[in-house]
Amino acid sequence: MFKKLILGATAMAMVGGMQIQTASAEEVLYVPSLSYRTGAYAGGGTPIANGFADYMNMLNARDGGIGGLKVVVEECETGYTAQKGVECYEATKGKGALVYNPYSTGITLQLIPKAPVDKIPVLSMGYGLSAAAVGETFPWTFNYPATYWSQMSSILKFIDSQDGGIKGKKIGYIYLVSGYGKEPIPLLENLAKTMGFEVVQFPVAGKEMQNQSSQWLNVRKEKPDWMIMWGWGAMNATAVKEAAKIRFPMDHFIGNWWAGANADLDPVGKAGTGYRSANMAAAGTDFPALQDVIKHVVSKGKSQIEDPTKVGDVLYNRGLFNAVLVAEGIATAQKIAGKANISGSDMRDGLEALDLSAARLKELGLEGFTAPIKGSCKDHAGGGSIFLQQWDGENWKRTSDLIAPQTDLVRPLLEAAAAKYVSDKPEWKTQTCK
Amino acid sequence: MDLLYNIFVDPFVQMAGTPDFFLQVLWEGFVTGTLYSLIALGFVLIFKASGVFNFAQGIMVVFAALSLVGFHALGVPAYLALFLALAVMAALAWTVERVILRKLVNQPEIILFMATIGLSYFLIGLGEFIFGGEPKSMITEELGLPTGSTVIDVAGGIVILQHIDIAAALIAAILVLGLAIFFSKTRIGRALRAVADDHQAALSVGISLNQIWAIVWFAAGIVALATGIMWGARSDVSFALQIVALKALPVLILGGFTSVPGAIIGGLIIGFGEKLFEVYWGSLLGGGVEGWFAYVLALIFLLFRPQGLFGEKIIERV
Repeated sequence: MFKKLILGATAMAMVGGMQIQTASAEEVLYVPSLSYRTGAYAGGGTPIANGFADYMNMLNARDGGIGGLKVVVEECETGYTAQKGVECYEATKGKGALVYNPYSTGITLQLIPKAPVDKIPVLSMGYGLSAAAVGETFPWTFNYPATYWSQMSSILKFIDSQDGGIKGKKIGYIYLVSGYGKEPIPLLENLAKTMGFEVVQFPVAGKEMQNQSSQWLNVRKEKPDWMIMWGWGAMNATAVKEAAKIRFPMDHFIGNWWAGANADLDPVGKAGTGYRSANMAAAGTDFPALQDVIKHVVSKGKSQIEDPTKVGDVLYNRGLFNAVLVAEGIATAQKIAGKANISGSDMRDGLEALDLSAARLKELGLEGFTAPIKGSCKDHAGGGSIFLQQWDGENWKRTSDLIAPQTDLVRPLLEAAAAKYVSDKPEWKTQTCK
Repeated sequence: MDLLYNIFVDPFVQMAGTPDFFLQVLWEGFVTGTLYSLIALGFVLIFKASGVFNFAQGIMVVFAALSLVGFHALGVPAYLALFLALAVMAALAWTVERVILRKLVNQPEIILFMATIGLSYFLIGLGEFIFGGEPKSMITEELGLPTGSTVIDVAGGIVILQHIDIAAALIAAILVLGLAIFFSKTRIGRALRAVADDHQAALSVGISLNQIWAIVWFAAGIVALATGIMWGARSDVSFALQIVALKALPVLILGGFTSVPGAIIGGLIIGFGEKLFEVYWGSLLGGGVEGWFAYVLALIFLLFRPQGLFGEKIIERV
């Protein structure tokens, strides 16, 4: 019996090995997806992973891939932990990975030093290390369409345009105690001096994210004029419920783009009416590209999405937008390299030359989906603008025009932060831009 | 000097200066403390019966709440869904007794503890497989639980009492009282105490260990469901809820692992303590002290009273 088992296992391993060999011999565009469909933050990770995979599968079905090569999206479960994220990276980098989308600031921080060594770029779309926007210092990292710092500057710019300006106001900042939540604090403290407002911080530990009554008692005590939130997962719904409990004016409560998903506000319902959040890509399915995803992938049962009505939700479209950036990076890289079968280095060049203009967005069937993004050697964030959306009790409604970041204030701070990051790394390789 | 003033004078000046806010802090402390007690109760029940810290209690809270909202999402009426969720917890108790505990009678307690860690991971995987990882809304209104709030004017200010919080406190009180009577006045309750004292001695006088364990795990399942409903109504039903359940550890250290009244008093001390400390002293330490306050308090208790407030003092002869 035991002998049979060993023989069977050996045979299966041989067949498996042959299959893997066949797959790697075939020319494909291999894109690992560091997803998290399990754990405390799965509510956010699942729709993002679905949107990402569905768009790539749509390109495969509709166009035969990109430049004639199929895109292979391989998911690796990180559970939103840096340790597992690095394990996923190490397990997949040797398979010809073109780019990594870590979907976690913690994982991004771990991968930034690895990217130039392994020559595989990191695209931390709107998260990660803000200073990575400085292309001269971080040739291998990109954070299109904007950094946390530029997003924060856009939110503050919006507040400045309301109720007689931001000067002299008290701004409360409630955040998840993690690399992600702490990331914009240096900018916030700096801009407090420049723009003349006061900041009060309300940290929420990960294990207390569904138990925030103390933080909101402190909010009631401090009486801030506005609240800004850098929350994630179950923290968001709890915060909005607690804000409603203390009768904080909901239209003066603004979440960042990770605190404004359908899954965040569905459990809150009407109590959250008026709550605002930033966003970088439109919600809904009213775009030809989204219709193609439904036609070629979702309606054919090729999506992992359980409820097809969730196609077009905020985070589904976020994942899809990430896939658009990767696909455009690949297409640009193929053009520059003059070949379809590109490497990680080619992909880096493609991402740096990314030009997602309004005309190109229209061509892709995504007119008005997001602000145009143009990368360069110097600017790896694309200087993207954001917009605000507001919860009407049942759904999100876009309520602002595009708000450009305060680049004049943010860029010098980003450059200083980038210089500080490499100051104790003598081996760090930068690039010179014309 | 400023520091001493901020520690010993300023907080009390604030309490006296804004009595409405002080009352609000006390109310929040009471509600949170009651919910901590409820979580701790689930641990105490199993610890009393088997001497094991049930690591899976947190995921049982999530599993019970997800079963409830899951059945309701399938179109089952809320009260029937509640009954079915209870049935799921009963089935889980029976399965745990059959598959895990029965095989481990008379094994060292650490083995049983490890088994509950395994059970915890199994339930996480099973839960994610069945219900998916996305957060769900608790069916608060469908269950007839109150929403809205009552505002009381106090000394020129207001105290806001959420109706769901009042209901949570009442339900927790009823559950605690019911379980206390069940385990102190009934035959099964006396059998439970006998099992807690000595497995072999209890077996020798004809007490069915297997039956007692299944009953106790079911009782812990009922407590888990009640906890899941109440915490779920305050935020949402997601796998992050299992982390909240770990707050029971300092509560148990304070109250004693074997004492039902200890779980209640311990929960209330932590609830009141962490709210008051966070609001009036937290800013001195940069805020966010709630995350560790309970554990530090428990550590201090461990130094001076290792068995907790109401726990049994263990004297072993050598």
